[in-house]
Amino acid sequence: MSSNNNILVKLKNAGYQLNNRFLVEGVSLEVQKGRIVTLIGPNGSGKSTTAKIALGIYKKIDGEVEKYTDKVGYVPQKISIDWTLPIRVNDFMLLTDDISEDQINEALSLTGVIHLKNKSLGNLSGGEFQRVLLARAISKKPELLVLDEPVQGVDFTGEIALYQLIKKIAEELNCGILLISHDLHTVMSATDHVVCLNGHVCCSGSPSDVAHNHEYKALFGEQASKTLTIYEHKHDHVHTNEGDIKKN
Amino acid sequence: MFDDFFIRALFAGIGVAFVTGPLGCFVVWRRLSYFGDTLAHSALLGVTMAYSFEFNIAFSVFIISAVIALILIQLQKKTNLPGDALLGLLAHSSLAIGLVVIGFLSFIRFDIMGLLFGDILAVTVDDILIIWIGGAIILVVLKLIWKSLFASTVNYELAEAEGLNPDRAKAIFTILMAAVIAISIKMVGLLLITGMLIIPAAMARNISTSPQQMVFYSVIGGLLSVVLGLFTSLEFNSSSGPSIIAAALFLFILSLLKIKQSTGLKN
Repeated sequence: MSSNNNILVKLKNAGYQLNNRFLVEGVSLEVQKGRIVTLIGPNGSGKSTTAKIALGIYKKIDGEVEKYTDKVGYVPQKISIDWTLPIRVNDFMLLTDDISEDQINEALSLTGVIHLKNKSLGNLSGGEFQRVLLARAISKKPELLVLDEPVQGVDFTGEIALYQLIKKIAEELNCGILLISHDLHTVMSATDHVVCLNGHVCCSGSPSDVAHNHEYKALFGEQASKTLTIYEHKHDHVHTNEGDIKKN
Repeated sequence: MFDDFFIRALFAGIGVAFVTGPLGCFVVWRRLSYFGDTLAHSALLGVTMAYSFEFNIAFSVFIISAVIALILIQLQKKTNLPGDALLGLLAHSSLAIGLVVIGFLSFIRFDIMGLLFGDILAVTVDDILIIWIGGAIILVVLKLIWKSLFASTVNYELAEAEGLNPDRAKAIFTILMAAVIAISIKMVGLLLITGMLIIPAAMARNISTSPQQMVFYSVIGGLLSVVLGLFTSLEFNSSSGPSIIAAALFLFILSLLKIKQSTGLKN
């Protein structure tokens, strides 16, 4: 374990209730610089709620949350852009921070959507929009990244590439990442610490610890603990986002 | 051919258009047109207060509108009524109370038509000063909260998560709305203020691809509406407020011709 000043956000026995019903309770976790913490769990298990507690979006919470950074990048699970807003990808990149043209281009290139820079946000496909969301979150070089299902709607090869990108970002920027995902096999191999939620913390630890935990097996089934390794198969070419084919 | 009153009307109208342009965009984006209407209706109460206690009209309207906005926010928190019902409740009850108070003030002769539809041709030099100074303050404040207001318009949680304090921006914007109604009531009247906010912005939406562009066209649209409306009013002796709004509508209809080009609108 690293020393305390590496901690970016720390939840102590945190919970949130709506209409007297706990959406999630008793969550303790911490995200440190350069490390990826993944939240897994079935629908309605409180993953997004936990992320929002960590981000300070929910204010009236039980327990405690301590945040040690203001440089935060967030990819929410659901975001719909109203058609009344004329907004292009470029405008969206500047939404919360005044970043330079170079930073915008770099981030959009990393997630493979630089060619969409001047397109209207409303005209993007689900996967394209997800890549833009991720680009926006990383462009400001945050210390803490909170990614709520960041690759939903992205095609399979793109999904693996984006997870690799997320891992690379954690290393290069030395930022801490709180990741929420359903894709057990892809995620587990790229993660330092896994927290398995189901209204409360079922189990947590390293990916292999969690995979062999009996509560995890009860939640996700025997099969899930076997699909720990990343699904790997190799192509002899890649498709660029402009539709060209590039040989490896 | 420009009589003095006409020059004053132009100056007042141009000042108002500079402010309603950017604010109107947020009214459209945040779906606040009925909110604007409610504040405008409550302005009548503000006007009667001004006459009763011999305050400045703009100041009095600003105070009353801001109070109504605060009451609305409280009601939204404390009741389960839908937003539009609360808006209707406040709009019509404040209008009614305003009219009742006017009845009591029988010793003063009110130009009701002027209050409802504006009397830009009776604008004084003091009014122009209030519009330009007040308008400048409104625009400076809007510039200061722009980033956080716009970000929270796109997505509240994103703005909150990344430290932009959207609740504060919303509260300040509400006050700005009260202020813009206060400075423009004499020009277009309380029934038409929301039109001045929405129609140029709606026109701008049809021809814009980015937020900044929409604000720019919204200001241009407002300015053109004022100039066009006032000249029409001078030429055909029509009332100035409705003429300005009709001119804005005319520009909106023109903008529909361009809507099919790539403005990000799907249809």
